[in-house]
Order: sequence, then C-alpha cells, then structure tokens
Amino acid sequence: MKLATGNVARTGEVIWWAGDRWSPDVAEAVLLAPAEGEALLAREAVAEQVNDLALVDAEPGPDGRPRPLHVRERIRAFGPTVRPDLGRAGRDWR
Amino acid sequence: MYRYDAIDRAIVEARVAEFRDQVERRLSGALDEEHFKPLRLKNGLYLQLHAYMLRVAIPYGMLSSRQLRMLAHVARRYDRGYGHFTTRQNIQYNWIRLEEAPDLLADLASVEMHAIQTSGNCIRNISADQYAGAAADEVADPRPWAELLRQWSSFHPEFSYLPRKFKIAVTGSATDRAAIRFHDIGLQLVRDGGGALGFRVFVGGGMGRTPFVGPLIRDFLPAAEFLSYCEAILRVYNRFGRRDNIYKARIKILVHDLGAEEFARAVEAEHAHVRTLGIDAPEAEVARIAAFFADPPFAGGLPDTVDDGGDPAFSRWLRRQVKPHKVPGYRIVNVSLKPRGGIPGDASAEQMEAVADLAERHSFDEVRVTHAQNLVLAHVPAADLRAVFDGLAAVGLAEANLDLATDVISCPGLDYCTLANARSIPVAMKVAERLRDREAELGELKIKVSGCINACGHHHAGHIGILGVDRKGVENYQLLLGGSGAEDASIAQILGPGFTEDGVVAAVATVTDVYLRERQAGERFLDTFRRIGAKPFKEAVYG
Repeated sequence: MKLATGNVARTGEVIWWAGDRWSPDVAEAVLLAPAEGEALLAREAVAEQVNDLALVDAEPGPDGRPRPLHVRERIRAFGPTVRPDLGRAGRDWR
Repeated sequence: MYRYDAIDRAIVEARVAEFRDQVERRLSGALDEEHFKPLRLKNGLYLQLHAYMLRVAIPYGMLSSRQLRMLAHVARRYDRGYGHFTTRQNIQYNWIRLEEAPDLLADLASVEMHAIQTSGNCIRNISADQYAGAAADEVADPRPWAELLRQWSSFHPEFSYLPRKFKIAVTGSATDRAAIRFHDIGLQLVRDGGGALGFRVFVGGGMGRTPFVGPLIRDFLPAAEFLSYCEAILRVYNRFGRRDNIYKARIKILVHDLGAEEFARAVEAEHAHVRTLGIDAPEAEVARIAAFFADPPFAGGLPDTVDDGGDPAFSRWLRRQVKPHKVPGYRIVNVSLKPRGGIPGDASAEQMEAVADLAERHSFDEVRVTHAQNLVLAHVPAADLRAVFDGLAAVGLAEANLDLATDVISCPGLDYCTLANARSIPVAMKVAERLRDREAELGELKIKVSGCINACGHHHAGHIGILGVDRKGVENYQLLLGGSGAEDASIAQILGPGFTEDGVVAAVATVTDVYLRERQAGERFLDTFRRIGAKPFKEAVYG
C-alpha cells in the first residue's frame, strides 16, 4: 500500500493525504492502492500547491494507523530523531 | 573585517527585492515549482525532509558580533531557535517557511550577509584558516585574498553555470587548518627565496563519491597574478569538464583524467592569454582590501601568563582550547560546539548571542567558524581567559575537547537531509559518548561521520571515518581508517563490511583499543595506523 505525501509549497511543512484533504499528521493519512495514488498525484500536481509529491510504501502499524515502511519517511512523519522536542509528541520514529 | 561598499550593498539589496518578487509569483501561482526551484536554490533555499533549509554564506568563516546576533535573531524569529554550523564554515537553518524567506534575507542584508551562491554549479563560499591574522605560524593573512576571490566570483557571468559546484579554500600557514587539499582549488600563501609573496596552488581535491587529494600544479604563483591564474583554472574546467555525467563533472575528475601535469600545462597556456586581459587586481585595490584586515589595536605589554587558580576544569580548557597568538599577551580561543549530549555544530540563539557578547567584550568584536563545526575567538587577552571560560560555561560551551574523540564532525544526515541514506548525528553522538571517558588517553583523534556518499561530514578525511549507507532500506555504516584533512592529507580506507548503528560504535571502540595497544611514544592514532597498516585493526574488528 501507499501513502501520498509532499511538502506545502508556502511553508515547506510535511503533509499526508487524508482522503479528502492534506494533513500534517500521518496518523490521519489513508492507505492507497498504487493506481489510486498515481491518479491523486496527477490531480494535485496541477494545483502546484504541494512540492515533491510522492507515493511512499506503507502499511498499518501495530496501532492500526498508517506507518511508512522506510526510515526516511518515518523521520519525515515524526521529526528528527535527535530532536524529539521538535517532532510529533509521543510518536516513535522506529 | 571587510565592510560592504555601495556596490556590494546595492547588489545584495537588489537580490532580496528580486527574490521577494519571485516568491510572490510562486505563491500566487504565476510561477510553477519547476521554474521557481532553480531561482530559490540560487538564493540558498533548499527543500529538505521537514521544511525549507536556508544555507547562509559566512565568507571565509568570519563574523562580527552584530552578524552573529543577527544569526541568532534568524534562528529565533524564522526557525526553531537554533542553527547548524557546517563543514564549509556556513550556517544552515532547517525550518524556514518560503513565505518568510524574503524578510529573512532582508534582515541578513541589513548586516551585510546573504545566501547567494550557497547552492548550484557556481563558485561557492570561499573558506579559509580560522586562525587567519592571529596564528603565530602564519606567513601572511589569507583573508584579503579570500575576499578578493569572493568579489571576483560573485555573479561571475562566465562561471555561473559550471559543470558542477566549485569550492576554494585559502590558508596562510604551512599547518593546514582549512583542508585545502580537499578543495577544487586549494591555495597556500608562501614566500619565495627573495621574500616575495605568492601561492602554492593545488587543484582537483575533493571528497564525495570519488575522493582525491588535490595535486600541486604550481609551486609558486606570484600574488600579483592570483586572480588571472584562478580565472585560467576555471576556464580550463569550464571548457573541458564533463557535463554528461553528474558523477564525473567535478574538476577532480578532469585533473585525474588528464593528469596533473597535463592539466597544469593547459592552465599555463590559458593563463598566458588571460594574464593579458587586465583581470588581476591592481596593487592599490589589493591594499584597499587588505586594510580591512589590518590588525586590531592590540595592547602592548599585556601579561602573557595565565593562572588557572587551581581549577581543574579551567586548567583542562586552557590546555585544550587555547592556542598561541602572534602577539604576546593574547591567545586564540576555540569554542567547542560539541558539548556533552549535543548535536555537532548546532548552536541555540542564546548560545550565539552569548558568544557574540564575549567576542565584543574580549576579542575585538569578531568570531570565526571552523570547518570542524566549532567557533573561534581569535584575539583574546590572556588576562580575559577566565571571563571567557565562565561566559562559555554559562551557556554550556566550555567543553575541552578540541581535536579529541568527542570533537566529532557530522553532517545533518537523514535526520534532516533529502540526499542522506542514513542518520549521522545519532552515530556521532553515540561514538562520542562511548569514547568520552578515554578521550584524554586517546589524544588527537579526528572522527568524521557522513550520512551519504556526498561526504559533507568529511568521512574520507577522518582518522576514523564513518559512512552511512542504505542497505535494502536499512541503515548500515562503513568504517574507514587513516584519513587526514590536514597538511599530511590522505584518504581513509574502508576497513571491511559495514555495521549496524550500534555495531559501528562498538567497532570504533575496538580500533581505539588496537591503537592503545600498538602505539609507540608520541604517536597519534593516525600515525600508528600509517605505521602498522589496516591488518591488526581488521583482525580485531572482524576476528
């Protein structure tokens, strides 16, 4: 499964597709089939409001919420591992 | 230090206005990202993992207190309260909002700073010896020449679209504190037998995917021909450097492929023409720039001894962080940005302001940034050292670890950087913690960590280098030994198969065990490695 993600052009903030909107919280993201994700990215690319649009591999985590598979995307989701104070409180990047 | 003239000021202010318009057009939708991206990169604004990252140029690593306070203001107002000093003597901010970037650049411009040419295939910020103008072993001050290079290379129309980025370092001492032989051009000020000033010119050094120690291509370049010779080097590179393969586009590949002798011959031939074009700065202009770097008004007859008062912490700091100065009664103070549990090179706004205050009170109002991600107060009266130590201790910057095992260099790695394959900062912190109790026993030990092959953490030049790679989606770390970025420059060699994060920390501890067992009197880790070779280290690590 995939998650659609990118960075807000105006602020650079990391965002995730939450079904009907973009959310800064990966916990609100929805898992997409690859074809569904590709169609979403094509639509969003036209709007030019999100940079570095991408689909990343993900699966449901132990808590049922989407969890990116690659460490890079988990760091994007939860913040720098060396500055937990700047990340999303209570979220473990591992 | 150098101050902007009307032309400098007009150029930078015009650039801020231009970028403000470009950002407005991007945000209104008039400009799409494909066309905007090269424009923001020309202003040092990257998009990294969490947000935009701004890289601000610090010419030859030199700051006034006012400028450092502005960097603190930027950290507090536009970022999250801190900045990261880099291995190219710059500073990076990790949490910048595009919509605020023009205001940020306007604030920087108000103190004669900018982010121009901190990205892209152009001549980047000129770096230099952090002890410039203060070192007891200096032949001549490199800063006027670095400033001349800055002016020559800023917006140079011929060199705005080079095959790849281009980095130049200048030093005025035989002791290389600027890693000149790992730069595209490394310049060392020397005097000939008659006392005339000139340069030894090294070209084609670099790290990254294909590391090279730059060979010497000119043993003595008269100072008067300095700019025309650099122009000739860049012209040869611009003409013959590869543009078909990004991995083979740096000048080091061209120098390697042609051979240093043939490359030097091509440069000499080009120089024979270029030197006739009137590019070299007139003597009066060199003197005008040099005047900005004249000695501050040092006091004569200051006491030249320091009493540690029996304070072991102050005594340790004096021995480790304080270096001789060319003027009796003064010292060079190294400020560690590697405090216990800290992130290498990071400084909070409060720490920057504290250092700026100390510089203003005790070091003629100036601060230097080093390629080892530390700071320097270059001109401190010996009698003021206790006050400086106390001031640094108050903000957690009085660590006494210069060039020791806990003075680890690290790139931002996968915690921040889109190019990284693995995290580097946590590894640097774990290695430092593992070796902390024995760092005095280990002596000089330069450990350098990169999170990808681009080598921003200078792992190739580490006595011990660590390179993070991605192995099927999992972070893996290679261990390298035997590198040096100093005057005895060498490239570190990979010891063997890679490790997990904890595994590489243990392996680093093991190779230091081998060193302690095998070393002879007076040998550093690097000396022992060079004498006995990799085999004993490999056997100990891999069994």
